[in-house]
Amino acid sequence: MKKRNTILFIVLSVAVVMLFFLDVGTGSVGIPLGDVWRALLGSDVDPTTVKIVRDIRLVKALVAIATGVALSVSGLLMQTLFRNPLAGPYVLGISSGASLGVAIFILGAPILGLAANSMGTAVGIAGAAWIGSALILVVIAAVSRKIKDIMVILILGMMFSSGVSALVQVLQYLSNEEALKSFVIWTMGSLGDVTASQLWLLIPAVVLGLVISIAVIKPLNLLLLGENYARTMGLNVKHSRQLIFLATTLLAGTVTAFCGPISFVGLAVPHVARALFREADHRVLMPGAALCGAVVLLFCDLISKLLTLPINTITALLGIPIVVWVVIRNK
Amino acid sequence: MIRLENITIGYGERILLRDITAGFAAGALTALVGRNGTGKSTLMRAITGLGEYLSGEVILRGKSLKELTPAQMSQTIAFVNTERIRVANLSCRDVVSLGRSPYTNWIGKMQPEDEQIVMRSLSLVGMESYASRSMDQMSDGECQRVMIARALAQQTPIILLDEPTSFLDMPNRYELCSLLASLAHDEGKCVLFSTHELDIAISLCDTIALIDPPTLHHLPANEMVHSGHIERLFSSSKVYFDPVSGSVRAK
Repeated sequence: MKKRNTILFIVLSVAVVMLFFLDVGTGSVGIPLGDVWRALLGSDVDPTTVKIVRDIRLVKALVAIATGVALSVSGLLMQTLFRNPLAGPYVLGISSGASLGVAIFILGAPILGLAANSMGTAVGIAGAAWIGSALILVVIAAVSRKIKDIMVILILGMMFSSGVSALVQVLQYLSNEEALKSFVIWTMGSLGDVTASQLWLLIPAVVLGLVISIAVIKPLNLLLLGENYARTMGLNVKHSRQLIFLATTLLAGTVTAFCGPISFVGLAVPHVARALFREADHRVLMPGAALCGAVVLLFCDLISKLLTLPINTITALLGIPIVVWVVIRNK
Repeated sequence: MIRLENITIGYGERILLRDITAGFAAGALTALVGRNGTGKSTLMRAITGLGEYLSGEVILRGKSLKELTPAQMSQTIAFVNTERIRVANLSCRDVVSLGRSPYTNWIGKMQPEDEQIVMRSLSLVGMESYASRSMDQMSDGECQRVMIARALAQQTPIILLDEPTSFLDMPNRYELCSLLASLAHDEGKCVLFSTHELDIAISLCDTIALIDPPTLHHLPANEMVHSGHIERLFSSSKVYFDPVSGSVRAK
């Protein structure tokens, strides 16, 4: 591996570790760093401190890492597959698909008179988000096979998003106050609503998505040259496409289910990784984007704690300049 | 190397080529010529397995195309098309290395031998000094050469190129075609390319395959010139084909 890449990987890894501890050490309740450390190690401190550090801050920091990694890698997968720098889970309507699934679940279940326990709800929300995002992905993929013009695909993605919002509004209109409130809060995006037990669903789903993503690194490199070339170089394009879609659904769908639609990370972070590593090879770009994603989300979480703002506003404010830069540079 | 047996090609009701039988040998450079829309690309795509044919058989190295797996195909035919690959940060070496993917492991790890083949392929097309240059910073001619180097790295006995000379200026067209001729003659490959450059085809190719819808004439280049097929197909009220100079001229 090139020396420059090795240095970058080390720097990014150190940044992830530092931001992780900084994130765990920061919060609305002031806890001395020594106590935070002892609470993490499990030695005897005040049980409330242990609860705050372990059940709230640690979980939130882990969710931030999982979210950053998952969204960034899924954005990278989409950008390579669609051969478009502006592709991403949000732009293509995949997050909207997840929103629709969640809306139907949160708003629709009370209408049908269903109520479940917390874990059941978590599984239900995740399942609904997976189905919703997978549906949109399949439709986009089917259309992109017929229509090669990527502008059309992006416009369709936007139309899907708008259509989905309209449907969601209909559901909102029909819902009771309580369900409506929990859905609106979900749409604002939050890393803090995930409980320690839900982590047991979030982390394995994201890890599975990452394992599949690693398995398609070689196909992704071949797809850089387009489908025709990839096929004549021995790639089973259909099979690879399905795996890429499965990985994207698991990554973007899961994260959207638990944290709400977090915008711009999936779109912007792969470009940060490309600019840093100056590589197109996914063997470098994928771990690079994953680390950058973790850094970005931990950083955004820190800022959102310090300013007490929703995470979505921070990711948007950070992501938009990057997207503008990509668009202008491509002109 | 390539044998077409009673191949019929078309889209639905519209038949482009009917019942074609032809053979393309190792060590020979063949130009596939024909008017626009007569099925040059479609025939190319059918031979590479990218497109469908309605009936007949494509035989590659004695085996039917339909029996070959994608992996076997990638070690039999390399294909170069007109798509312009302009990926930022993707170096020439990366692109040519992708040509080794039929031989590398699941993550595409390059062995020292693979690296050697990549550098040799780049030097065969005269691009070894461009190895670390990014694909988005090169001219059309340079990109085309890199894509051919990639096809060479695939180490296939057959190379197909769909209009490799489009986007290139006159000297580059000749240079590219003499490169293809040397690949056929020195490396013993079976090289088939489609083109609109009749004069280049006549002066540099061993054989010419001419699409005369819905049939295909396949003759040695000099015989093709005097066969009368070209005059008939490439003449109009405005232009005529001059067999002496081997080019199409305005009346």
